Amino acid sequence: MRDSLRQLVLTRFREFGREPEAVFWSLAFPILLTVGLGIAFRNRPAEVVHVAVIGDSAAVAHAITALNASKAVAAEHLPDADARLALRTGRIALVVNARGANRMEYEYDETRDDARTARLLVDDAIQRGGGRSDPVAVSQRFIREPGSRYIDFVVPGLLGMGLMGNGIWGIGFPVVDARRKGLLKRFMATPMSRAEYLASFVISRFALLIIEIFLLVGFSALAFGVPLRGSFIELTLVCALGALAFGALGLLIAARPRTVEGASGLMNLAMMPMWILSGVFFSSENFPRAIQPFIQALPLTAVNDALRANMLRGAGLGVVGPELAIIAAWFVGCFLIALRLFRWR
Amino acid sequence: MTTALEIRDLCKSYGDVRAVSHLDLVVNTGECFGLLGPNGAGKTTTIEICEGLLAPDSGAVEVLGMRWDREERELRNALGIQLQETQLSDKLTVSETVRLFRSFYARGLTVDEVIALVQLEEKARSRVGTLSGGQKQRLAVACALVGDPKVLFLDEPTTGLDPQSRRQLWELIERFRSHGRTVVLTTHYMDEAEHLCDRVAIVDQGRVIALDTPRALIASLGAEHVVGFTVEGDRSPDDDALRALAGVTAVRHENGATELTSTELRLTVPALLGHLEQQRLRLSELTTHSATLEDVFVSLTGRHLRDA
Repeated sequence: MRDSLRQLVLTRFREFGREPEAVFWSLAFPILLTVGLGIAFRNRPAEVVHVAVIGDSAAVAHAITALNASKAVAAEHLPDADARLALRTGRIALVVNARGANRMEYEYDETRDDARTARLLVDDAIQRGGGRSDPVAVSQRFIREPGSRYIDFVVPGLLGMGLMGNGIWGIGFPVVDARRKGLLKRFMATPMSRAEYLASFVISRFALLIIEIFLLVGFSALAFGVPLRGSFIELTLVCALGALAFGALGLLIAARPRTVEGASGLMNLAMMPMWILSGVFFSSENFPRAIQPFIQALPLTAVNDALRANMLRGAGLGVVGPELAIIAAWFVGCFLIALRLFRWR
Repeated sequence: MTTALEIRDLCKSYGDVRAVSHLDLVVNTGECFGLLGPNGAGKTTTIEICEGLLAPDSGAVEVLGMRWDREERELRNALGIQLQETQLSDKLTVSETVRLFRSFYARGLTVDEVIALVQLEEKARSRVGTLSGGQKQRLAVACALVGDPKVLFLDEPTTGLDPQSRRQLWELIERFRSHGRTVVLTTHYMDEAEHLCDRVAIVDQGRVIALDTPRALIASLGAEHVVGFTVEGDRSPDDDALRALAGVTAVRHENGATELTSTELRLTVPALLGHLEQQRLRLSELTTHSATLEDVFVSLTGRHLRDA
């Protein structure tokens, strides 16, 4: 490597490593997010549904006996006003109004998932207590396989989000900062090669990228058993291509602004839609069909889909060809436009 | 004598504002040449065109006989440039910064040599962010010196520095020049131009309005000294009577004070005191100083360098 390129790359590492905040946000933050989400959405034994019973006292006692016979329901007798307050504040999911021995009324918010679940469980318990027997014999088997849990879904999304954030910030911020300080202009006054200056960002990004992948994938495999079913080399290639695309997008955003404030506005404008639409925390399939072509064309959607295909399904690069093509198109397009617009002073 | 820099009929406008207007200059090899003028006179625009950082609207620039559109790479390697208001990266140390700049040049001094040249040996391992203003400016000059340049361009090298730091920087520039290298600098400090420069071009509104050695420019005033005074009360002496005093060549008024330029202080001061006595005017302040480039600028434009 030429000494000038080596010095530029070293400068990138020094400036990054001597900024503790940058290290935290780009390397430690995704891990913390994984821990938080892993704990919040870990698979727990089915929860007990809390309900209240009101109404005619003989009927109430009867209902409570029937309800508490079910392991899935916890029922208590409350005065009318207290029961309705508890329902409004969400402490209980449903109120059973026992109007008579064989007449029950369920009060609940039918738009809430937990209330609808409570309705099914409560009704089942009440009907059984009333003597219902099932005409069809049913048995069940529980399947909790790594790969289908929320944590398995979210880790590739976080990896993709990290690639985007670090690519756009990691290149956009130092470039705009150097322009603001007059440093870009100062470099232009030396024989420095512009290509080497840009290459130094690419090289330092790739080095950090490897660390990012190892940390996040390694940590989530150890702590949560998140699977890595595809080839690690191919996963790294997908990440590298994604990093190039997001780096080029960062370079495009940083092509002209003279202030860090102006650039951060543009960066947020570029990243916000992808945080929401590109399937980081929940599937992008949730959005209306009409905007799906737009969502599928976003680089982060393509990166996330390709990462999930590799990690969760063990798919090879051939399977994610369309996604790779979208990512490559973003890289080439952004890079060419960025070079045209770039203000070297 | 060979030519280090030649500027012919240079023009540059920003929108409607003419920053540089038909400017011609020749700087000889081995001299320290100063562009002196107030802020906004077009000094920075001129020097940045010479440095190949700005394109002129019209006119030609040759540095060391080379042109920016043909021999940019050779020129970049042959020049040392310090810009106004560059903030070097705070996160790097002094020696890391010099090493980075050194790596851009095909040949040049070693990192240690340059750091010794600007007397920052003790700070070599310190972060740039911890340096004082004067030390940062010396580091900026160090970055301009790493390629062992034939021509050094300095844009307002001592603006905002304390007197001691200015002295240190002046010595540094003089040492560089003593090796037969060429220095082109801009400044709005007349004392800096007088101290450092072999020749000075006084620039105002994008034009060269005077060009000579500092001594010759001052001599062109036709007077070596300036006598300033104020009197009590609202009456002031008559200008014609003052002009008639011994040794006086010119009279002008400045913020309520009167300034006389004089060829002979020992004649003018007693004559002035006698005249005021006779007019029953009481002196409240009297100053004298040797004429400077500031006085040259004032006599040429009617304005001061600082507030022009």
